[in-house]
Amino acid sequence: MLTLQFVAYDEIAELSSKRRINKLLTIVKKNSVVLLQGQLKPTEETALIQKTMEDISRTFKGIELCTVLPESKNKQNWVENAKTMLVRKLIGNRDGFTIIGPATVVKEIKKNPQKVELLIKKARGRK
Amino acid sequence: MIDKLKIFFNKFFAKVFRKKKHVKIGLYGPPNAGKTSLANRICQDWLGEEINMGTVSEIPHETREIQVKEKINIKKKGKEISFNLIDTPGIATKIDYEEFTAFKMNKKKAKERAKEATKGVIEAIKWLDNMDTVVVVLDSTKNPYSQVNITIIGNLAARDIPVLIVANKVDLKKSNMKKIEAAFPQYPIVGVSALKGNNVDEFYEELIKTV
Repeated sequence: MLTLQFVAYDEIAELSSKRRINKLLTIVKKNSVVLLQGQLKPTEETALIQKTMEDISRTFKGIELCTVLPESKNKQNWVENAKTMLVRKLIGNRDGFTIIGPATVVKEIKKNPQKVELLIKKARGRK
Repeated sequence: MIDKLKIFFNKFFAKVFRKKKHVKIGLYGPPNAGKTSLANRICQDWLGEEINMGTVSEIPHETREIQVKEKINIKKKGKEISFNLIDTPGIATKIDYEEFTAFKMNKKKAKERAKEATKGVIEAIKWLDNMDTVVVVLDSTKNPYSQVNITIIGNLAARDIPVLIVANKVDLKKSNMKKIEAAFPQYPIVGVSALKGNNVDEFYEELIKTV
């Protein structure tokens, strides 16, 4: 059974980068797929990968990660872009969503501009 | 706050060192994109035929430690740069030793390789802060929208580190340059075959411009 856990941005907004990553990884290690509202900062994404590598074990093989952004993002003019950046500074980047799944459950997240496919691994022993 | 200060100082020093024209150029990208093949190509072209930076293999995570080659000089069209080349392990979000057993590796060796590979990814990420310019090497036969590519490039943008994207393996039928150009329209992209040496002159010219 695949479990999806939605995490609203408000749940991580006040946390430090380290605590955000720990919170998300704790959910993933319980074999749930996180559906996070918005995005992590680029530096947090690398820190997430780094922490994932540090935590790899016999049972935890890593993560599959994917950020999905609204299509209109790149089509804004500079005034709208400046507004968007200011809002992000103030309340965080809540655009789009981020999927983080355990590699033992999620085989691959295929992303194309128009669609995202979540390929799930077959459970062992199931035919 | 500490992250912001780090980025500020990195930007400041990056600008100072860029002016000296002796910089650290890192090769980053996912596993098996051809980073070491490109590093070997650069060394062979500018240091001599026999010099290699590392071994190349079809097995992922062949490069598991940072490799540095110092004082490489490239001259093209009257312009010259001198740099230290840093070949990094491929960045991945998952590493499973069972993946290596598919390449006829025994369980013990596969586990050892997986452990070294995780350390390699951590090292590669730590070294990001030290780079003045980064060449992101992508496999042009694969989907460029993978999150690892987006994360690496997003990080470099956040750190204000100049980026040159190399779409490697253009000699293969499945190669799709247009897809890479569509995925990263704001960056310079050069298609090469590091293994066969296709289009490397254009790569060197673009590298000088980027640095």
